[in-house]
Amino acid sequence: MAIRDYIRQRFFPHMWCPGCGHGIVLNSMLRAVEQLGMSKNEIVMVSGIGCSSRISGYVDFHSLHTLHGRALGFATGVKMSKPELNVIVPMGDGDALAIGGNHFIHAARRNIAMTAIVMNNRIYGMTGGQYSPLSGHGTSATTAPYTNIDHDFDVVKLAKAAGASFVARSTTYHARQVTDILKQAIVHDGFSVVEILSQCPTYFGRKNRMGGPSDMMEWFKENTTPIGSKAKAENPALIERGIFVQDEDKPEYCTEYDKVIERAMGGRS
Amino acid sequence: MSENIKFVQGNEACVEAALYAGLDFFAGYPITPSTEIAEQMSVRLPQIGGKFIQMEDEISSVCAIIGASLTGHKVMTATSGPGFSLMQEGLGYAIMAEIPSVIVNVMRGGPSTGLPTCPSQGDVLQARWGVHGDHAIIALTASTHQDVFDITVHAFNMAETYRTPVILLFDEVVGHMREKLVIPEKGEIPVVDRMRTSVRAGVDYHPYLPREDGRLPMSDFGAEHRYNVTGLAHDMWGFPTNNPDVVHTQLRHLTDKIKNNVRTITRCREYFMEDARTVLISYGSSARSAFHVVKNRRARGERLGLLELQSLWPFPYGLIEEKCAKARHIVVVEMNMGQITRAVKRAVRNPDRVVLANRIDGVFITPTDIKNILRLIQGKGV
Ligand SMILES: Cc1ncc(C[n+]2csc(CCOP(=O)(O)OP(=O)(O)O)c2C)c(N)n1
Ligand code: SF4
Repeated sequence: MAIRDYIRQRFFPHMWCPGCGHGIVLNSMLRAVEQLGMSKNEIVMVSGIGCSSRISGYVDFHSLHTLHGRALGFATGVKMSKPELNVIVPMGDGDALAIGGNHFIHAARRNIAMTAIVMNNRIYGMTGGQYSPLSGHGTSATTAPYTNIDHDFDVVKLAKAAGASFVARSTTYHARQVTDILKQAIVHDGFSVVEILSQCPTYFGRKNRMGGPSDMMEWFKENTTPIGSKAKAENPALIERGIFVQDEDKPEYCTEYDKVIERAMGGRS
Repeated sequence: MSENIKFVQGNEACVEAALYAGLDFFAGYPITPSTEIAEQMSVRLPQIGGKFIQMEDEISSVCAIIGASLTGHKVMTATSGPGFSLMQEGLGYAIMAEIPSVIVNVMRGGPSTGLPTCPSQGDVLQARWGVHGDHAIIALTASTHQDVFDITVHAFNMAETYRTPVILLFDEVVGHMREKLVIPEKGEIPVVDRMRTSVRAGVDYHPYLPREDGRLPMSDFGAEHRYNVTGLAHDMWGFPTNNPDVVHTQLRHLTDKIKNNVRTITRCREYFMEDARTVLISYGSSARSAFHVVKNRRARGERLGLLELQSLWPFPYGLIEEKCAKARHIVVVEMNMGQITRAVKRAVRNPDRVVLANRIDGVFITPTDIKNILRLIQGKGV
């Protein structure tokens, strides 16, 4: 199917600012779905609230645009009640890890099969540039006028520790890698977390003097490196990209619940 | 007829009824005095191939049932006071996105963690107005286990008919008391299933375009029609909009579909009302004490009657006005500071005649408490 057939053209133009990274994520995601040859009816996209979360309206899947931070709760209900559906959950960094942090770790702990995409722009875009749990110490934001003293999460380590069985990271500069990772994340039978560094030139870029969208993407190129590279050994400050965890053996939640049903029915199912 | 008679808690009666109504998905988080509902669901649902999940909190519980409802399942969650407060945002979402769902609140004393193991009817107004924004809501209640059964089935039927969340407000006495329950035969109480769209695949389906009767046929997630569901104001495709006309029409639809069907939704029982001069109005376990008083005094020739509300919202203003037209005194019996009393005062022609017989100390309201109020209004002193 052509990429544009996965899109709801009626709902365009989209609401993202020129140069926003979220559109690149949408593009990479649609390419992954197309390359997997998936039908539109087998995908449910569940999102929260934020600029990132508007992604669900633009795709011609079953789409559920929910509450700030609660996308994984809704998604859990969708997946568990109809496990044959493929559930993709794009979230902003604030959405996924501030207000939704608890749901995030618990979905990972259960290892329920869905793909959580954390679109990490290190800021609250939709509400106008307040600091997020991923902004990082020393950054600036509209609510950190004297610079931010909050420390950030490492999404990869957090997801790993919480029990996610697929954990990966990339950036909007590496759009092809994003597609490749998302393909593997979507077919993975367990909870997948894909963090994608995405630029918000309007707020994070401007507040932190990062230049325009292309400068911010250059920054992604220069400050990231493949997992285990020599560059990382020489410069530990580099952010690693790639797949950190891919555990196909950890029992998946819905499959485990089928066994509960079997036990409850005493073999009558 | 093979009568299925059980001796159960009210919470279990609610579980039996939900299963009778076709429930097959439950998500919840334990809280006294509602916990037995979650526990029973974890046993019963997998036995019929249904699903139970214990979520990390009440916020995600209500979200999970909304997600499951969209795939075509009948869903429910159960909680008490503080958990119900946490559910308000999700409840609002279900109202806005028109998702059939049932939320049980076995009330406990508040505010805050209050009185976990004591009876209260303190969440009547939270049920009505806890959600931000103008909206309509259906909230039902019951005083006996047989009524818990009937009203729970009714809750599912209303949720599926009007595409809306329905709240079941029980109190601790009803939830934990044990008494007889006769489970009706299949078909004895009608069970309503969701209306699904007849629009064929490939034809434009409008998930949010009401038919003439206000109903909106649904399509399950995973079926041929794909559409957008959102808590934002939306058009007939479910796409977010700020267009004043569309927003206005949508909000009116949300309230009208309930306001225009008050007679179908609401339920009320009457005892000795034909010539009653003093009318008691009550609901839940308080109505059992009120009934005791009315029955005993009738035997002595006093003209007392009882209206037992089995639904609280939408409030049956017209019915209350009509039934109380000839009453000299109206005594509302409830375990709060007068949450339904306010509604009754708005309904009747002479609000000065309405008095409250209540307890707010976590102790069940007894017939004696009610008798004391009656003596006062009859000028006899306590
Ligand atoms: C309960 C609740 N609290 C706060 C908000 C306001 N709000 C909307 S989006 C948002 C943050 C968005 O940031 P992020 O999740 O990082 O996504 P982005 O917009 O940057 O893509 C906030 C705080 C809300 N909608 N709901
Ligand atoms: S505010 Fe930032 S995140 Fe939101 S659309 Fe604009 S650039 Fe993108």
